Amino acid sequence: MVMDWVWGLVGGLLIGLGGAVYLLANGRIMGASGIIGGLVDGTGRRDAVERVTFLAGVFLLPVLLYPLYSSVDTHITGNWGVLIAAGLLVGIGTRIANGCTSGHGVCGMSRLAPRGFIATVAYILAGGLGVVLFRHILGVI
Amino acid sequence: MRALFAFIAGGLFGSGLFISGMTDTAKVQGWLDVFGAWDPTLAFVMGGAMIPMAIAWIIRSRRDTPVLGGTFPPPAPREIDRKLIIGSIMFGAGWGLAGLCPGPSLASLSYGGIEHWVFFVAMLGGMLVAPRLSIRLDRPVPAE
Repeated sequence: MVMDWVWGLVGGLLIGLGGAVYLLANGRIMGASGIIGGLVDGTGRRDAVERVTFLAGVFLLPVLLYPLYSSVDTHITGNWGVLIAAGLLVGIGTRIANGCTSGHGVCGMSRLAPRGFIATVAYILAGGLGVVLFRHILGVI
Repeated sequence: MRALFAFIAGGLFGSGLFISGMTDTAKVQGWLDVFGAWDPTLAFVMGGAMIPMAIAWIIRSRRDTPVLGGTFPPPAPREIDRKLIIGSIMFGAGWGLAGLCPGPSLASLSYGGIEHWVFFVAMLGGMLVAPRLSIRLDRPVPAE
């Protein structure tokens, strides 16, 4: 358990370092939903190369790290209905709110942006209530 | 050069998500599940990520332009609107339901199995229709 927290902290530092590089070198905010969403809806066409190479890094580094681990279980649900509903909610929600855990959470709160704090409180509360409802009351996850 | 640094940033982000366990949906749902076996790992990840990022914002305030040229992002908007609240609530509900948010959903695609692809494609679909919903929410609330 304690090792999980240590790895969480180490991984967190790497995430923050990634955000720092993207801000100070490229002058961009490292928000996963914004970087992906801009490619999907075409608003990010102007800097598409930068977006694609960023996303390639996110996708490829776990490919390199994966063989170093004996087992990696993501414990994801096998219920496709839940996966599709959740994916749609995350896709729509993050684009309407203009940010997710990385943009509003990591990058927003670290510059004391009021929107970052409000978004983070809202998605954590909704996530917590969602887990209570879907796990403990309805039993679907 | 911009592409190279974007790749380095993405690589750091992806490895951090992988190493921290944030691609494990049980860890995310464990953090959200205050009535179950609560798992505080996410707080360490978020706290750890904020440290270099906060330092980066301080360095940013002392520079006029990014290292590779161009401009820095504008100051954080202060307006709290319906879209921020409604969107974040929708995002949180989906996040709790599957235990995935956009970054980890991409970082886990290579090894997570078909379920991760189903979530990812649905998320892209959501992002595709979002601008239409977003325009509707921009309309002012009718006066009583």
